[in-house]
Amino acid sequence: MSQSYNRGLIEDFSRWREFEAGMWAWIFHKFTGWVLIGYLFTHIAVLSTGIPAAGAGEAAIMAGEDVYTQTIVSLESLLLVRLLEVGLLAVAVFHMLNGTRLLLVDLGVGLDAQDKSFYASLILTGAITVASVPTFIAGAF
Amino acid sequence: MSTQIPKQTEESSETEAETDVASKGDERRTEKRRRAAEEQARRQAEEAEKAAADEDTIELKVFRYDPEVEGKQEPRFDTFHVPFTKGMTVLDALMYSRDSYDSSLTFRHSCRQAVCGSDAMFVNGGQKLACKTQIADLEEPIRVEPLPHAEVEKDLVVDMEHFYDQMEAVEPYFQTNEYPDDELAEQRQTRENREKVKMSTRCIWCGACMSSCNIAAGDNEYLGPAAINKAYRFAMDEREGEDIKQKRLEIIEQEHGVWRCQTQFSCTEVCPKDIPLTEHIQELKREAVKNNLKFW
Repeated sequence: MSQSYNRGLIEDFSRWREFEAGMWAWIFHKFTGWVLIGYLFTHIAVLSTGIPAAGAGEAAIMAGEDVYTQTIVSLESLLLVRLLEVGLLAVAVFHMLNGTRLLLVDLGVGLDAQDKSFYASLILTGAITVASVPTFIAGAF
Repeated sequence: MSTQIPKQTEESSETEAETDVASKGDERRTEKRRRAAEEQARRQAEEAEKAAADEDTIELKVFRYDPEVEGKQEPRFDTFHVPFTKGMTVLDALMYSRDSYDSSLTFRHSCRQAVCGSDAMFVNGGQKLACKTQIADLEEPIRVEPLPHAEVEKDLVVDMEHFYDQMEAVEPYFQTNEYPDDELAEQRQTRENREKVKMSTRCIWCGACMSSCNIAAGDNEYLGPAAINKAYRFAMDEREGEDIKQKRLEIIEQEHGVWRCQTQFSCTEVCPKDIPLTEHIQELKREAVKNNLKFW
């Protein structure tokens, strides 16, 4: 072997325009997985700030004046948070549906229809997200 | 049209050296040869121009690289205009380009009927067997590149050594220590067992799957779809017996074996022989789990 030409990373990992269904499913699954992990830690961090509410008096809790309720109410009053919640739902739903698809793939069920099941999970995710919009956005404006 | 770098300087100095001792006849012959070459180059250029103007030609963009010729060491794309004929494959078009325009265009091919597995290439952004890919099914201009995730040796030729190493790693040959009583008896396979391994026997070692696999691109030690498929072919063959099957499972269970597969289905999509590679890898994963999980 005299000499050879290394075409670099793009040639190794291929170009996104040429990805097939299974490849997109893999990328989306990784992406949504990381988003969910990120959310999990944010979730724990934010809720931890409400721990003192446990020591608050019953009257304060009933009146909704404890730290926990205050934090949640102030967060929910932000439009950005409402929009992010819709996004979170979309991410979680896709991850669940595609996870089910991957489970079936691991069991060797319906491997011929793997691309169709990916499209189906995309469409279902879209439908569920759209259906959830009234619930999440109600009263935000 | 021809993109060959004329080697005139080199040749003429050689000719000068020769003429010192050569006779006048030799000189004339060299001159004649040179003129013939010029004439041919001119004819080729004319033909290429005509082909480009013609409506029924296809445009082929081919990756070119040659480490041994200065001026070709920087990869580039050459355009060839090839007259279309019914049933023309990408390989036919490449052969036409090589024969009519540029004899230095290099690519592997042998049987031209999807059996030898020499001519896997990256055509319009997908790993294809050039001899099996109809021009009529492709969008123009047709981009032909060497297989991704492999080092380019020259033009469309890539280094297949790593792929072959991975194939050898799974011991792709029949082994058994359960012989029939009569030494000369055939080792028969049941029809059901044959059906089970049928698709996996169709592999032609073209390397398209390995080239399309993103995991193989990131992890050079990963056996790759083709090698695992080969392991499947023998692990599922009942004639090999339990001992050999254990040995095979140990090979495919290793760190860079079946568990690296993340079911992207790229290999199954590109396989020119339609082998359900992902299915086979998944089945071996299940075999491996069943082999190791004991609840008692």
